[in-house]
This record gives sequence, C-alpha cells and structure tokens, in this order.
Amino acid sequence: MQPTSHAFKQNAHEALENPVLQEALGGIRTGWQAARGRAAGALPEFEQLRDTGRDIKNHVLAHLDLYLEAFTAKVEEAGGKVHWARDAAEARTIVLELCREADARTVTKSKSMIAEEIGLNPWLEANDVKPVETDLGEYIIQLAGQPPSHLVGPAVHMTKDEVSDLFHKHHGGERLEEGGALVGEARRVLRQRYLEADVGITGANFLVAETGSIITVTNEGNAELTQGLPRTHICITSIEKIVPTMEDAFTLLRLLARSATGQEFSAYTTVMTGPKREEDLDGPREFHLVLLDNGRSKMVGSAFQEMLRCIRCGACMNHCPVYLAAGGHAYGWVYVGPMGSVLTPQFVGIEEAHPLPNASTFCGRCEEVCPVRIPLPKLMRHWREEQFNRQLNPPAARYGLALWGFVARRPRLYRLATGMAVGAMRLLGGRQGRMRRLPLAGGWTGTRDMPAPQGPTFMQAWKKRRGAGS
Amino acid sequence: MSAARDAILARLRQAIGRTAEEQAKAVEAVRARLADPRPNLVPAHTRLDREGRVALFCEKALAVSAEVERLARIADAPAAVSAFLRRHDLPQKMVMAPEPMLDLAEWEQQPLLRVRRGTAAPDDAVGLTVAVAGIAETGTLMLASSREQPTLLAFLPETVIALLQAEDIDGAYEDSWQRLRDGLGRPPRSVNLVTGPSRTGDVGQKIELGAHGPRRLLVLVVEEAFGEAGDAPR
Repeated sequence: MQPTSHAFKQNAHEALENPVLQEALGGIRTGWQAARGRAAGALPEFEQLRDTGRDIKNHVLAHLDLYLEAFTAKVEEAGGKVHWARDAAEARTIVLELCREADARTVTKSKSMIAEEIGLNPWLEANDVKPVETDLGEYIIQLAGQPPSHLVGPAVHMTKDEVSDLFHKHHGGERLEEGGALVGEARRVLRQRYLEADVGITGANFLVAETGSIITVTNEGNAELTQGLPRTHICITSIEKIVPTMEDAFTLLRLLARSATGQEFSAYTTVMTGPKREEDLDGPREFHLVLLDNGRSKMVGSAFQEMLRCIRCGACMNHCPVYLAAGGHAYGWVYVGPMGSVLTPQFVGIEEAHPLPNASTFCGRCEEVCPVRIPLPKLMRHWREEQFNRQLNPPAARYGLALWGFVARRPRLYRLATGMAVGAMRLLGGRQGRMRRLPLAGGWTGTRDMPAPQGPTFMQAWKKRRGAGS
Repeated sequence: MSAARDAILARLRQAIGRTAEEQAKAVEAVRARLADPRPNLVPAHTRLDREGRVALFCEKALAVSAEVERLARIADAPAAVSAFLRRHDLPQKMVMAPEPMLDLAEWEQQPLLRVRRGTAAPDDAVGLTVAVAGIAETGTLMLASSREQPTLLAFLPETVIALLQAEDIDGAYEDSWQRLRDGLGRPPRSVNLVTGPSRTGDVGQKIELGAHGPRRLLVLVVEEAFGEAGDAPR
C-alpha cells in the first residue's frame, strides 16, 4: 500500500474528530486491555515465561542462519518446497507463479501480515487471480477496501452498524443487525469460496526447525479450511518466525493468546508438516513455503535487532494512549501502534515515516506488556536520533534542542535559567497554580492548562537538603 | 531461487560475524538443541494426578463453551451422542472417522442414528472424531491426522463431537507432544489443538461462536480405556 505515514498529524486529527471510530477504540480498553491483565495475573509464571520467551527469540536470532538451514531441510524432507524471497517484489512473483502453475482463478487467504506487507492482494487482482480473505476481520476490510487497523483485529475500527451496512451492500438481501446473524451470513458466503478455491494461502505464527512444521493460530478455524480444502497450500512467512523446537513454540504460545486477546489459548492452534501423506484422507497435495527477508537480515546485528523478537500479539497497541486515541489507520501503513512506529520506518524509510517514532508519549506501557520484552521506547528513540542526524525534524525543533543543549552543558547558566523560569511560571500561575496560556506552548495549552511548578527547582531543593544533612 | 537463499544467508552470516571457533560452537549448540528437545518452564498448576487432570480438563473446556460429558465406557457413546443431537434439535445423522476403535461402540444400538464413515463433505452437519490427547491446562483437544482420522471432520461440520479417553488427558501441552513424538517420530501432516468451538470477535468486538469451524463442540470423556494410549496411528 502507498504509505501515508508522513501525514500522521493530520490523520490523527481526523481520527479524533470521528465519534464512530472513538467508540470502537474505546472498546479495546475494556476488552482486550482488561482481558490481558486478567489472563497475565491468573498465571503465576507469566513474568518468568516472558523472560524465557525473550531468551528463546534471542537465541534464534544469534543462530538464525543455522536454524533457517535446519528448518528448510526439514520442510523439504516432509515433501514441501521452499522459496526464498529477498524482497516484496520477489515474494509476489513467486506466489503468482505458483498460482499460475495451479491454474488458480480464486485463492482463499487466512490472515497474513506478510501478505499485507508485500501488497499481495492488489498484485494478484492485477494478474487475474482473485484473492478472498477468510478471517472475518480481513474479509470485512477487504469488502470496505481498507488496510488493517490492528494486528489481531484488522476491522476493530468498525462498529457492528458499519458492518451491517457493508454486508447489506455486498451480499444484498435483508439488512442484518444482530452480530450472530452477520457472522452466520459471512460463514455461508465464505464456505462457498473455500470450496471453489484452487489455492489456499496462509501465514504462519511460528516455524519449527526441529520438524519443519508451520504453526497457525486462529479463533475462527479459517486457517484449517484455507489450507485443508484446495489442492495447493502456500504459506507466506518471514525468516525471524523460527523457533528451535515444539517446546519452545509452546512457551511462546502460552504468551501469545494471553497478551493478544486475554484468552488462555486461542481456539485453534494447528501444526502442519508438509503436504498430504499418501494414506491421508484429506489435506493439500502440494505445500509451498515462501520465506521472506525484506530487510530483516539487515536488522540482525543492528540497533533494531530486538524488534525481530516480535510475535505480533498487538498488546503494545492495546495499551498505547496514542494508538487508542488515533487508531491504526493514522499510522499510514501496514504495521501500527508502537511496534509499527519501529517497523514502518524500516520498510518505507524514515523520510516517509518520520512522525511515527514521535507519535509516543514514552509512557513505557508498550514495553511493560510486551510478551518478549522488546524495549519499544528505546527503539523509537533510535529512530529519533537517526532523524536528528539526518536533519529530518523541523527547524524549530532543531534550534530548540540546540538551545537547550547549549544551556544544559553550562550548569551555572542552567540553574540560573531554570530558577528564573520556575519563578516566572509560579507568578503566571497565580493563586490557581495553573496557566491557561503559555508562550511557545500553544500546542499544550490549547486543550489543557499547564500546572505551575510547586516549590523550588530540583537543584535548589537538593542543595538545601545536602546543606541540612552535613 | 537459490540465489536469494545464498544472498539472505550470506547477509545473516556477515551480520552475526562468528569466528571459526564460534562457528563450531554455534553449529554444535543448534544441533544439540534440535536433537534433544526439552521443556522450558511448564506452569506448576498442570502437575496433577489423573483425577486432577480430568477435572481441570473438564473445567477449562466448559469455560471456553465446549460441552463435556463423562462416560464410563465407549459402549455408552451412541446413546450419549443420540441424546445430545436430540437436545439440540439436530438430525440423527453424522459422519464419523473411519477409526477401528470406534467399532467397539455398537452404533447400531441406536436405530435412528445414521452413521457414515469417512472425511466430512460440505453438507455434513455433524462430525465425530477421536482425540489423541487432552490437555488439562486449557481444556484443549489434540487431534492428529492419519488414515483413520481425517482433519476436516473437526472443521467442516457445524457440530463436532470428539471422543477422548480419560487416560489420554495430560497436564501440559509438552506432555502430549512428547507422547506423539515417542509414538510417531515425526509429526503427522496436521496436528490440531482445539480449545472450544470456533469463535470470532471481529464484528463489533463481541464474541460470536461458529465463525468458520463448528458452532458446537461436545467432548465425551471416556473413563475406561478403549485404545492404546499415546500412539496416534492406532
């Protein structure tokens, strides 16, 4: 998709003025956010499991070349074919060729962020292959012609009413209003699509080096029907999804659902190993695995390596005050929220995505809830530095920082200036102790008052305390 | 696309940058870890005796909207299935896994119940299969594809019934996987870990059952063993 990350500020403004979107976003706080807290609290080992999850991923990244060799050898041993893709264009070409070899007119797809990342749907459509999304959220946004707004719930920005209108427009018939009826209608429509499809495309949550298996996690059961009914199954995935053994996968699976939706386990976790065996009664006859790099190998050994631990649970966005106010579409590309603010500049360039690492209050909640302990604020700070070094932030911000730097490196001057500023602000604050307007800070005082400082500056208080102590 | 493979691996090796000595160590570390998979931290509450595991399994399965019934022996299954279908106003007709163990149940003692053996077709409303294990930790069934146990049986029909021997209920996922590994060596094509019926929260963030897979899931936990535990191909 064409990124609009550069327009984050404008996008966020529009989002804040959209009451329907705000209603939908409010549901995340009482829904997934609260559920994650309950699920994490109910498992005494949860914090230790986060350490273990982090360590598994770190171990894999330090041995990624070796695990990729081991994994792909096992896939081929099980009768699958492995296709390596350096970038998005290479991956799209491989998938299209495989669809053509299968004489595919329609393909069903279960949810895949890699497919979003490489822009697979528009590419297939342009080449006369019709992709049909089967994850209900993905199906909804496909009908609406929108990108996903959340890792786990791509249509979380839409209310039930909007889905009613959308289904009525596309399916015809009577306008359904009840949630269960809408799900039932999608089930009927998509059941037919599963049976017609020549190829099924899925993503993968984990790749198991020990066995050459891919693991998918869904609540709907759509991954199993997508790969189980057509003749050909294509799995598109990326190189950092490897885990050594099934035991390692189980550790991460204990973290995944709890962090994502607050479930203890998703309804369907499926471990697939190669195509249909001769004696099997069902399953795809061909299994292809497309293994995408797309810049990830460059992140290994870089300041951003830790981002490759991400298991795509969405907890960071569910707990982010900026995401919960602006919604996913404001971020302007496939990956959203705090993890998107780190990843998007990697894929579309910091020039396009420069507002994203700044779309954070640095409150640190994303890092607090990340199941594999990715230091997201630190990684966003790396991008801010990069931005400053490349002179991508506006002149006012650069001069401001330069001025602050000048003063901060001269302690006497700094104490004098802050002492005067605190005194002046206290005067301005008056008896109420807050300011309705502040020069150069209109952005802050436009929507709230600035509290006036109470008491002396930190340095003054420190000096006094030391004086009293000695 | 071996050019892509070579390029990606070369870039990784360069980024990781091991010396010859470190390389030998890394190769050995990976080999050892893959050759001898060991459980990581397993939650302590899964360490239970047999009755504790069965009780936790039932509690957890009920909590995710599955129905659970405990039977004394496999011979009780036909009557339980027939009653379940009546209770839900479903036709007395189902497709059942061609699993020889299921023959022990004498399905003909329910004359109204029509049973076809094989994998599910799109118009089958009720499917019955056998789980190779149950996992108490989260009330999860482990299904394994084989000649006798087709995968689609558990996904195409709107109502799915799974038979599970009480002695096949383990505490944690790792326990069941180890039994599968011991029995088969390499995993079957498809292992499905099923926790409750199909669900979605994609319409207005409210949970609805029966998104694509079954709307109803009945687990029949059978007390008296009727097959060999742990070896999936049975």
